[in-house]
Amino acid sequence: MSSDPIVICEKVSRRFGGLVANDSIDMTVRRGEILGLIGPNGAGKSTLFNLIAGSFPPSSGKIMFDGQDITGLPAAKLCALGIARTYQVPRSFDSMSVIENVTVGAFVRYPRMLQAREKAMAVLDYVGLASKADAAGSELTPPQKRRLEVARALATEPKLLLLDEVLTGLTPAEARAGVELIRKIRETGVTIVMVEHVMEVVMPLVDRAVVLHLGKVLAEGAPTAVVRDEKVIAAYLGDRHRAA
Amino acid sequence: MSDIAVTAPITSFVASRRRQLVIALIVFAAIALIPRAVSDVYTMNVLILTLLFAALSQSWNILGGYCGQVSLGHALYFGIGAYATSILFVKFGIVAWGGMLFGGILSALVALALGYPCFRLKGHYFSIATIVIAEIGLLLVHNWDYGGAALGIQWPFNPDSWWTLQFARNKVPYFYFVLGLFAVTWLVTYAIVESRWGYWWRAVKDDPDAAESLGVTVFNSKMGAAAISAFFTAIGGGFYAAFVSYIDPESVMHFRFSLLMALPAVLGGVGSLWGPAVGALILIPMAELTRSYLGGTGSGLDLVIYGLLVMVVSLTQPEGIMGIFKRSAKKADAKAEA
Repeated sequence: MSSDPIVICEKVSRRFGGLVANDSIDMTVRRGEILGLIGPNGAGKSTLFNLIAGSFPPSSGKIMFDGQDITGLPAAKLCALGIARTYQVPRSFDSMSVIENVTVGAFVRYPRMLQAREKAMAVLDYVGLASKADAAGSELTPPQKRRLEVARALATEPKLLLLDEVLTGLTPAEARAGVELIRKIRETGVTIVMVEHVMEVVMPLVDRAVVLHLGKVLAEGAPTAVVRDEKVIAAYLGDRHRAA
Repeated sequence: MSDIAVTAPITSFVASRRRQLVIALIVFAAIALIPRAVSDVYTMNVLILTLLFAALSQSWNILGGYCGQVSLGHALYFGIGAYATSILFVKFGIVAWGGMLFGGILSALVALALGYPCFRLKGHYFSIATIVIAEIGLLLVHNWDYGGAALGIQWPFNPDSWWTLQFARNKVPYFYFVLGLFAVTWLVTYAIVESRWGYWWRAVKDDPDAAESLGVTVFNSKMGAAAISAFFTAIGGGFYAAFVSYIDPESVMHFRFSLLMALPAVLGGVGSLWGPAVGALILIPMAELTRSYLGGTGSGLDLVIYGLLVMVVSLTQPEGIMGIFKRSAKKADAKAEA
């Protein structure tokens, strides 16, 4: 892992009416790392995540991706540049089959049908959904839908993969399988930013954690250091976690 | 091993696409034989209208079925085609072929101009806007003196000819023309649906935000679907004008036409290749029968019947009639695999 930054957020703010969801956030994502974006509910994690993904523009500030200013660019453009995301609540295309879902993503890099479909099939194989290729999106179980989301995102051949609570709500066995998949994806050189609630699962997985609280960066650093940070414990983990 | 896993589904995909195409060509060829068996003018008339609305509904299906933008104002594009073709022929002597092409292009441009504001509206709001715009169009044509206003436009009678697309007695040529139009709309749909655009449309229909995050420019996808849909709808309108030789605002731009383009697709199965044709095959003969047995257009009783039919279908079989076939085919596949 190098310290070469892939995403730089400079004084990024986002207001929703009177609510300041992100307040002048400075944050860097390094190329090749797995970064955990954590914080209590309402900390502004999802807002920051959506700003980087281009779901809406920041109210002020600047976001750089891969040396390029991407502030306010639409999501489709960002996808072409190499940013892919998943959704907290899986949003599969339910009238389409699993392979068709993934092919939609593959078309960004492979405009021709057969190449796109081949890419989609390879990605399905990679995430372990190949046997479900012809099933309807709506027939999948929730953990399979999560995999489908990841597969769709990977089919766009991203440099940066944004994962929104992909491990939340899974059984321990499913979560372990998820962790393995995420590690495997990182091995291929993809930078990963993940928003998570489940600390126990995320902490061993991420290289670095950024803790948000009330729209500001509260702490950042190695996961082990972050969990011991007094401010973080007070704001988020609560006293019962002090022992950790 | 992984190579086999990746390439085997591709070959079966290509094979199933080819099978679909062969079946379609057989169906078109079979339909082309019908005039050898049917000589009755009334039946021929019903067949022509059935094929016309199969083609129109197929065009509607591109925007309404695949892309999920339910338009209830396609009578506007039908009207543009009918008026463009009639005016060019009657006032400028340009034959229907040119008129239909011009009407189609004009219609696609109008669809883009209207789509620019309307595609910012979602779901029902979009549908309502399309109804309102089509009704405004109808009112404008009613007061448009150059276009004959409420009196409409009468086509002059000429000897039968493919060049002017006028046939006074023998209606069979019209049958072949609409069969051709239907085949073209089917083939265009077939080609696009399994391409990047087709997948984008379906993704836009299911979840526009997720589609956008996968690199789909949602707005452009809708605009593309609208332009193609409007183009073929207007060609249908131009043909209809040549076929009936007389148009007035109500006879080509009534709300009834918007419904008659949407309903076959809804009944047969939105977003399916054969849905519009199957729906038209049921609805159009039924519409003609109710019209002849229950009285003329004014009563609207035929619309009440379609309304009921569509309600029953959407409640019991939301994917339309084609949904039944799809499900039984899937079961057969599952059995074959086991």
